[in-house]
Amino acid sequence: MSAYIEPTFKKRLTQPDLTSNTGGIISPNPFWLASAPPANSGDQIKRAFDHGWGGAVWKTLGQPIQNVSSRFGGLHFRGTRAIGFNNIELITDRPLETNFREIAEVKRLYPKHAVIVSLMVETEAEWREIIARSIDAGADGLELNFGCPHGMCERGMGSAVGQEPKANERITSWVMKYSTIPVLVKLTPNVDDIVPNGMAAKAGGADGVSLINTIKSIIGVDLDRMTVEPRVGAKSSNGGYCGAAVKPIALHMVAALAREKDFGLPISGIGGICNWRDAAEFLALGSSSVQVCTEVMLRGYRIVEDMIEGLSTFMSDRGMTKLDDLIGKAVPTYSEWGDLDMNYETVAKIDADKCIGCNLCVVACDDGAHQCIHPESGTHVPRVDESECVGCNLCQIVCPVPDCITMVAVDNGYAPTTWNEHVAGTGTLRPKKGVHP
Amino acid sequence: MSTQLPKAAVSPAAALPADRAESVFADYKPALTAAQAVVEANRCLFCLDAPCITACPTGIDIPQFIRKIATGNVRGSAKTIFDSNILGMSCSRVCPVEVLCVGDCVYNRMGQAPIQIGKLQRYATDTAFTAGYEYYEAGPPTGKKVALIGAGPASLACAHRLRRFGHEVVIFEKRAVVGGLNTTGVAPYKMKADRSVEEVEWVLAIGGIDIKNGVEIGKDLSLTDLERDFDAVFIGIGLGPDNHLGISGEDLDGVEGAVAFIERMKLGPVSVAGGARSPGSAILAGARGVVVGGGNTALDSVRELSGVGVADVTMVYRGTEPHMTGYEHEWKAGKIEGVKASWQTQPLEYIGEHGRVTGVRCIKLDDKKKPIAGTEHVIPADIVLVAIGQAKLLSELKTLDGIRMDKARVMVDGAGFTGRAKWYAGGDLVNGGKEVVNAVAEGRDAAIGIDAFLSGRGQPASGRPSTSGVVA
Repeated sequence: MSAYIEPTFKKRLTQPDLTSNTGGIISPNPFWLASAPPANSGDQIKRAFDHGWGGAVWKTLGQPIQNVSSRFGGLHFRGTRAIGFNNIELITDRPLETNFREIAEVKRLYPKHAVIVSLMVETEAEWREIIARSIDAGADGLELNFGCPHGMCERGMGSAVGQEPKANERITSWVMKYSTIPVLVKLTPNVDDIVPNGMAAKAGGADGVSLINTIKSIIGVDLDRMTVEPRVGAKSSNGGYCGAAVKPIALHMVAALAREKDFGLPISGIGGICNWRDAAEFLALGSSSVQVCTEVMLRGYRIVEDMIEGLSTFMSDRGMTKLDDLIGKAVPTYSEWGDLDMNYETVAKIDADKCIGCNLCVVACDDGAHQCIHPESGTHVPRVDESECVGCNLCQIVCPVPDCITMVAVDNGYAPTTWNEHVAGTGTLRPKKGVHP
Repeated sequence: MSTQLPKAAVSPAAALPADRAESVFADYKPALTAAQAVVEANRCLFCLDAPCITACPTGIDIPQFIRKIATGNVRGSAKTIFDSNILGMSCSRVCPVEVLCVGDCVYNRMGQAPIQIGKLQRYATDTAFTAGYEYYEAGPPTGKKVALIGAGPASLACAHRLRRFGHEVVIFEKRAVVGGLNTTGVAPYKMKADRSVEEVEWVLAIGGIDIKNGVEIGKDLSLTDLERDFDAVFIGIGLGPDNHLGISGEDLDGVEGAVAFIERMKLGPVSVAGGARSPGSAILAGARGVVVGGGNTALDSVRELSGVGVADVTMVYRGTEPHMTGYEHEWKAGKIEGVKASWQTQPLEYIGEHGRVTGVRCIKLDDKKKPIAGTEHVIPADIVLVAIGQAKLLSELKTLDGIRMDKARVMVDGAGFTGRAKWYAGGDLVNGGKEVVNAVAEGRDAAIGIDAFLSGRGQPASGRPSTSGVVA
C-alpha cells in the first residue's frame, strides 16, 4: 500500500519538471497565490511572479465592497506569533475596470504564468457578464468563491452557496455555460462532509476544485474590553480562520475528495501551507497545485524560493522527474479506521544519550495517557514499561528533543487483523494493553 | 599558453604535516547539531532588507539561508550562501560576526539574544561540504584568459566567478600552500589550515582553475609577461612581511613578527625558548611571552601563544583598553583564557642572553602617549611577537603606469579596476588588511568587472561598493 521511496541523496540536483496542470490551468510550478490580500492588485502579482510564484488567483471580483478597519487577528501560541490567523475582510474593494485592466497587463507581461480570477456574484446575468470580462482580460481560469464564511455569506454568496450542494451545482452549471476557460470551484470547509459539495461542483461541470477556504472562527476575546477580536470599535464579527494551524483540516478534506472514486476532479490544495514540506504533503494527498496566502501575509512573496528549491530537492532525491510522480502518492494509505491493522504494535523507546530529563513524557503519559513511563532513581532518563505501553505516540509528540523518543514496531507474533476482519470473524486480535483492568 | 612556466605545478593538496602546532587547539565556537540548528533557525524573523545582510560584506541573503535550514532545505541553504560567498565555509568560522551580521541582528534591539548566524552558516555549509553537493559549473568557454596573482581568498573568489563566466583562469602562488591567510593566518581555534585547504579543493571542483604554486611574480615571471600573455590580470597579493619597531635587540632569537610566527604554527611545529625536546613538548614549562601591539593580530597572537602552552602571556600596547583597535569580543575571550595586557606601555628594547631574548624593557606612557620618566621596567619574555602591521607590497606594482595607489594601498573602483587597462585588484592589498569576507567580496566583484571588460561591456556599476581603498 505504501508508496515509500527510499531517498538517494544526489550530489547534483536533477531539476524535476514542476509544470503543474490543474484542470487545464497550466503553471510553471504548482505554487499559486490564493485569492486574498497578496493577490489584490497587478503590481503585487507581478512582484510575486518575479519572486517565482507560478500562478495567482486574483482576489475575488464581484460588486466592489467596502471593508472595515481592523480586519485581521492572530493566534499566538507559546511564543510563536500567528500560528493561526483570521480575517473579516471581504472581496475586492477596487473598481472592476481597474482589476480587469491589471489582469490584462499581468497576462501580457507574464504569458506563461497562471492568472486565475476568483469570482463571486449573485445572478446568472451577473455571472455571465463577469465571466466574459474575465476571459476578455486574458484569464487562464476561473475560481468560483463558494467559500467565504464571513460577510458575503450574509448576502447569500460565498459559503452560503458552498454549504448548499444544490446551489453549488446550479451556479456552477451557469458558469460552465458561459466559460470557455477552466473553472475551479472553491469549497468551504464549513460543512459536515466535503464530499457531497465536491460532487456538486462536479455535477455542475466544474473542471476542478480548490479547497479549503477559511473556517468560520472567532480568533479571541479582548478580556480588558470584553470584546470579540479583531475589534471594530465596540464589536467584531466571526471571521475566516487560516494559517499553519488549519493544515490538518485542509489535508483531510483534500484527501477525502482525492480518494473518492466517483470524484476524480483535479484539486488545488489550500490551507496552512507555509513551506515546501506542507506543499509536498498536499501534493501527496492529491493536489495538483497549492495555494498560499497566510504565510505570504506574514513573511512575504520571497518564501517561494525555498518552496521551489525544497520541493525540487525532495523530488530529485527520490527520482521523481515530474509532479505526477508525487501527486496522490499517499492517497491509498488514507483508509477507514476499521481497516487498520489492530495487531500492529509499537512501544516507545527513549534514547538515554539524547534525553535531557525534562520528564514531559512522564507527565504526559501519567496524566494524558496510560501511566507507563516512570521516573528512575539515579538517572534523569525515565523508563518505559513496555508491557503497559500502548504505543500512542504522545510521549514522542511532547518530547522537545528530535529523535530522542522513537516508536518501535514490536513483533508480537499476531498476524495482521483489522477490526472489520475481527467483526467478520476472520482474524485474531492480540490482547489489549494499558487497560489496567 | 605561451608563458613559460619555470616550475611544475604543485597540487593544492600539498600535504600539511600532522605535527602542526595548531593542532592542539579546539574550536572556540563549536559546531551546532542539526537539532540546535533548526531551533536557532526557527528563531529568525526573516526580516526584510535585513540589517544582517547589509552588515555582510558579501551581502549573503542571510534570512533566506536560515529559513531554508528551518524547512530542512539545507542543500538550498548552502547554495544561498555560496551564491554570494564561495568561501562561506571558512567565513562562517573566521568572520567577526559579533561586529558584522550577528552584531546587527534586530533581536539586539529588543534585548534578545541575536541569531547565531555564523554557526548556522557553518552548519549549512559544512553539511553541504560533507554531503559533497555540487552547485556550479564552468560557463561555456569564452577563449579569454585571466591571470591571478596570489591564491588567497580574493583570488579564489575571483577565479571561481570567472570560471562561472567561462573564462580560463591561472593562479600564480609563490607558496607551496594555497588559501593565503585563510590557510596560514587564521587563529586555529577558529579554523585550522587543513580545513582551509579542503575548502580550496572544494572551490577548485568547478574545474579549470589552474594553480601554479611556487611561482613568484617579479622573480619567476614579470608583470609585463602576464600583461602580454593574458587578457586580464587580478592582483590579490595581500600584505608583506611583519613590520618591526626598529629598536635594539630585534635580531635576538625569540623575537619574531606575529604573522610569521602564526604561519609557522599553522604549517608545522613550533618551539619556545629553544633547546632540544621531544615532539609534543615543544614549549618549555613556565615559558613567558610578550605580544607587541593592540590590533586583531596581536589579540590572536596572545591567545595562540597561550594555547600552544606559553603559560604567561602579556600584550604590550601603547594605548588604553578602550582605544585598542582589536575587537572587544576577541579581547574578552583572551582575558577569559588568562592572558594579560600592559596598557599605555611602549617597548624600548629587547634584552637577551647568549643571543636569546629574555625580556622587553618598556616604559609607561601618559594619556598623550608621552613616556613617563622613571617608569622603565622589564617584562620577562622567552618569546616576543611583534604585531604592529605588515609591509605594503607596492614597489613592484609601481613599475606599471596607470595603476592608482596611495602610500598604503592600490586604489580600485567598485569593480576592482586599478586604472590600468587589464589590471584589477582586491583583498588586503586594496583594503589595507581586513577580513576574509572583505577579500571574497572584492575578488567576486572584480570578476564581475573583468567579465564586463572581457565581454566588451566596459565597466559596469558594481552591485556592491567595495571597501576602503575604493575610489569613486
